[in-house]
Amino acid sequence: MSILVDKSTRVIVQGLTGREGTFHAKACAEYGTKIVGGVTPGKGGTTHEGWPIFNTVQEAVDKTGADASVIFVPPPFAADAIMEAADAEIELIVCITEGIPTLDMVRAWEYLQDRRSRLIGPNCPGIISPGKCKIGIMPARIHLEGSVGIVSRSGTLTYEAVYQLTTRGIGQSTAIGIGGDPIIGTNFLDALELFNKDPQTEVVVMIGEIGGNAEETAAEYVKARMKKPVVGFIAGQTAPPGRRMGHAGAIISGGKGTAVEKIKAMEAAGIRVAKSPAEIGQTVVAAMGIAAKA
Amino acid sequence: MKIHEYQAKAILKEYGVAVPRGEMAETREQAEAAAKKLFDAGASGVVVKAQIHAGGRGKGGGVKIAKSVAEAAELASRILGMTLVTHQTGPEGRVVRRLLIEETLPIEKELYLGIVIDRVEAKPVFMASAAGGMEIEQVAAENPDAILKEHIEPGMGLEAFQARKLAFKLGLKPSQINDAVRLMTGLFRAFQETDSSLMEINPFISCTDGRLFALDAKINFDDNALFRHSDLRELRDISEEDPLEVEASKYSLNYIKLDGNVGCMVNGAGLAMATMDIIKYAGGMPANFLDVGGGANAEQVTHAFEILLSDKSVKAVLINIFGGILRVDTLATGVVEAARKTQIQLPIVLRLEGTNVEGGREILKQSGLNFIVAETMKDAAEKVVAAAAA
Repeated sequence: MSILVDKSTRVIVQGLTGREGTFHAKACAEYGTKIVGGVTPGKGGTTHEGWPIFNTVQEAVDKTGADASVIFVPPPFAADAIMEAADAEIELIVCITEGIPTLDMVRAWEYLQDRRSRLIGPNCPGIISPGKCKIGIMPARIHLEGSVGIVSRSGTLTYEAVYQLTTRGIGQSTAIGIGGDPIIGTNFLDALELFNKDPQTEVVVMIGEIGGNAEETAAEYVKARMKKPVVGFIAGQTAPPGRRMGHAGAIISGGKGTAVEKIKAMEAAGIRVAKSPAEIGQTVVAAMGIAAKA
Repeated sequence: MKIHEYQAKAILKEYGVAVPRGEMAETREQAEAAAKKLFDAGASGVVVKAQIHAGGRGKGGGVKIAKSVAEAAELASRILGMTLVTHQTGPEGRVVRRLLIEETLPIEKELYLGIVIDRVEAKPVFMASAAGGMEIEQVAAENPDAILKEHIEPGMGLEAFQARKLAFKLGLKPSQINDAVRLMTGLFRAFQETDSSLMEINPFISCTDGRLFALDAKINFDDNALFRHSDLRELRDISEEDPLEVEASKYSLNYIKLDGNVGCMVNGAGLAMATMDIIKYAGGMPANFLDVGGGANAEQVTHAFEILLSDKSVKAVLINIFGGILRVDTLATGVVEAARKTQIQLPIVLRLEGTNVEGGREILKQSGLNFIVAETMKDAAEKVVAAAAA
């Protein structure tokens, strides 16, 4: 098993006809993901790279039976795209788009509350269950099927962690990038709950960064409920306070959201925290109780 | 994006938020004229306030009260051009280029109003406190119950009953409640319609004659929403920002200057922070945070390189790229172009992985330029720290 996605997941791409949408839809399809069509308002009825294009998400769902959507539309229209997917009862919405206005996300987040869709992102690399399904922009070849679940606020840092595992022969059950924005659909806590229930996942890696208190909340859950070992890392140990470090959500404000606080909360919950980003792989090895390969 | 107090007050005034009468001045003469106007209109005093994008101006000597036009002019000429150092400016301080000349008011009580986005609730939260004039972070740390909160339902505003609740709890008099409701709901409308990420009125004052005013005002706008506010973009004062950061923002690059000597260029904010961390771990200090972003093109990478190198304290450069949206071949093309264009003499350590990495490595090899190639982050950090120290 894996979480949220598998070989049967049927995916549409909102923004398929754009440059990034096209590039990554092809890469996902090459990996084996069932990409079944795209949505670009005004281009309905045409085909793009062999995929049917629809004017609305509802039409795409009706015609293709899609249960997941990946969003590549530009920031001014992305929150609307999320709501449109939720309205069409897409089960899993993965929003890659970076730079969505926060107040747009406030509306989209509220819209999702009494609907059945789960949102991953925005401003995230997506989700991959190696060997089964990839919905996102992560480089596929660094992944290996296995038993480590990964959840992270950062895209490229997730790749780094995956790479350290794969080069040690350790595979991943599912890797989710939850995104670097202040308002996101799926948070650490949601992902940990899913990994806790997933029989394929034996160890979980949680990669956080400065800003907010999502890591602290997740640490409380780990302490109370988590049945599997958790390895952690927090990026931004050297970040100056009061500065937004690239991600809209990565800021130490009023002395809150520091790496030190987060690491303290995680260690207190029994999470093994890697001090250096180069040590994530070996910390997982230690957590798995298997000997490190020389 | 940050703006000045006088700009924030001009915006708030449009939304019916009462602010003291006043004018911005860039010269002693303008300050004198503004003060004269206020005294002529019956002000008993004027306050001369330095306009910089940082708090703690009063303690730093940037806010002074004058009892006459001549005194106001004298204070203005003293404050204009001074380097104001506060706990938020860093030791280098900020040069004062603009002043706000305002009427003084008979303050009875100093209160606090603020609006931010509550990340956990995913909605704006309107905060109020009777402990005005103090830093709200300090109040939050020492006495969190002293901060009153009302969450705003998405798609709605701060409703009148919410504002009334806050106003009564702040201890305002029944005769002041209607004014308080008008001011608070106006403040939230301003927050929403300008796509702000933060608004703070500290202090929000109640006068001895019962009038209410925003005595100070701080507004930060959501950078992601500026595309739909061309009028607000005009308010940017680039003299308040680091020149290299201004240059970087022209090309949509995230650059933050730091104090070390190892320049770094990374894709992705998390990996960029982790790269800074590991440089320190290897015994060096990062000279900057630079995230070239998910979808950078060769031109942006070239600009990123130039910006990085224009920091003269940089002694070696680490490029750490894990390609996802940003393809490694694109990055490599940009690096090679930039290295040629800038005729760089500094050692460059490269660590590349991800989408189209083979193409990227080939481009670097074909370039004939002398790059130091590293396999892992740890390897890269150790190599670049050694190169910077050499």
